[in-house]
Amino acid sequence: MIEINKLKKSFGDLEVLKGIDLSVNNGEVLSVIGSSGSGKSTLLYCINALESINGGEIIVDGTSVHKKGTDLNKLRQNIGMVFQQFNMFPHLTAQENVALAPRKVKRLSKKAALDLAAEQLDFVGLSDKLNNYPSALSGGQQQRVAIARALAMKPSYMLFDEATSALDPELVGEVEDTMKKLAKEGMTMILVTHEINFARDVSDRIAFFHQGKMEEIAEPEELINNPKSEHTKKFLANVR
Amino acid sequence: MAVDVFSNFQPKDLLFLGEAALRTLNISVVAISIGTIFGVTFGWLMSLGNRFLTFIINVFLDVFRSVPLIIQLILFDSFISILGYPLPAFYSGTIVLSVYTAALVANVARGGIEAVPPGLRWASRSLGMNYWQDLRCIVFPVGLRAVLPSWVGVALSVMKDSALVSVIGYIELLKASQILITRTQDVFLILTIAGLFYFALSYPISKASEYAEKRWQQ
Repeated sequence: MIEINKLKKSFGDLEVLKGIDLSVNNGEVLSVIGSSGSGKSTLLYCINALESINGGEIIVDGTSVHKKGTDLNKLRQNIGMVFQQFNMFPHLTAQENVALAPRKVKRLSKKAALDLAAEQLDFVGLSDKLNNYPSALSGGQQQRVAIARALAMKPSYMLFDEATSALDPELVGEVEDTMKKLAKEGMTMILVTHEINFARDVSDRIAFFHQGKMEEIAEPEELINNPKSEHTKKFLANVR
Repeated sequence: MAVDVFSNFQPKDLLFLGEAALRTLNISVVAISIGTIFGVTFGWLMSLGNRFLTFIINVFLDVFRSVPLIIQLILFDSFISILGYPLPAFYSGTIVLSVYTAALVANVARGGIEAVPPGLRWASRSLGMNYWQDLRCIVFPVGLRAVLPSWVGVALSVMKDSALVSVIGYIELLKASQILITRTQDVFLILTIAGLFYFALSYPISKASEYAEKRWQQ
């Protein structure tokens, strides 16, 4: 379970998160929507401590993430992250990309790590691309490798930071299908997304962020068809 | 019988040049290796973003980059002699050449480290890899690919600059050529042979880096 209490985050003078309270239950899929600069991506980076915080607390499975003494390397193994720009390691093949962290962090043998990687790449439908370097993969394929790479650490949580927004439209589907498959398997997921329809299909709840605050959180149909806040209404009217 | 001061180029002279070329190769390989290790360390320290540290390292490197190598060699060699610890020319030459190489490599290394997209580092850290694993498995290999041509440039220029170590008495390729020119008066032939030796030393490095780049471009 991820619990976020009064989370505050600033970049210099700019306050991007102004006191967020939110909790995500195990097995839940939460989508976070909102316009650019609303702080939704920053929220993800704070959850696995790629960004420090300025106030409040984030607790993952009882561990306070930003408390001094927390073993972040251990914590992060349990929280997979998928980035907008894929961030595949360009000098490694798809299989090596996935196998690297299990080998280095979990100390699996080379063979065990490569086998695990092959298994994960099969899950995302890329068992025929094991030996391809990132430069020989489409954006959609790279993003699926990135998902497999995160899954290879057997995390309990997955964070998706606009995982499809850098993709050509015709490649969005394959990545969304992979995410849906993962949701069906019961993975706890937080998705930051611009794709309202996808969020509606896959989420248990949707949260709407506006200027560093969580304006509204509700079940998909409720939030989309019956938004309470003016900002949510405006945002939804604009994206549709 | 007249003393034979001047005599023509003989087969054994080729051996003499060959040995000198090996000495050039020897001092270059040692200095470039040591210099690269220190240079990468300095480059890494500068990439940490600590302004004070970067400033100090830069001042140090600037001294060694801007003072001509020949002056550094003579100063260092005389200095340690005055102190009472004279070193063989190979050792003092290697020390000066290594520091000089480190000064050049530091900026190349820093450039390489900074050329690694931050996203790759987020990705590796988000998987639970620690700082050093990220550095070793992601930053160095990816950065190396970005700056290999610059590093090869530094290595080749250091190899040629190693000729200057002759001023403190190390008989390397160029000095050996001069000795033979003085004896045989055959400037053209001997410099051509010396040039061919330099080429033979450089060519494999250029070729190897070309091959590596091609392989990485897959």
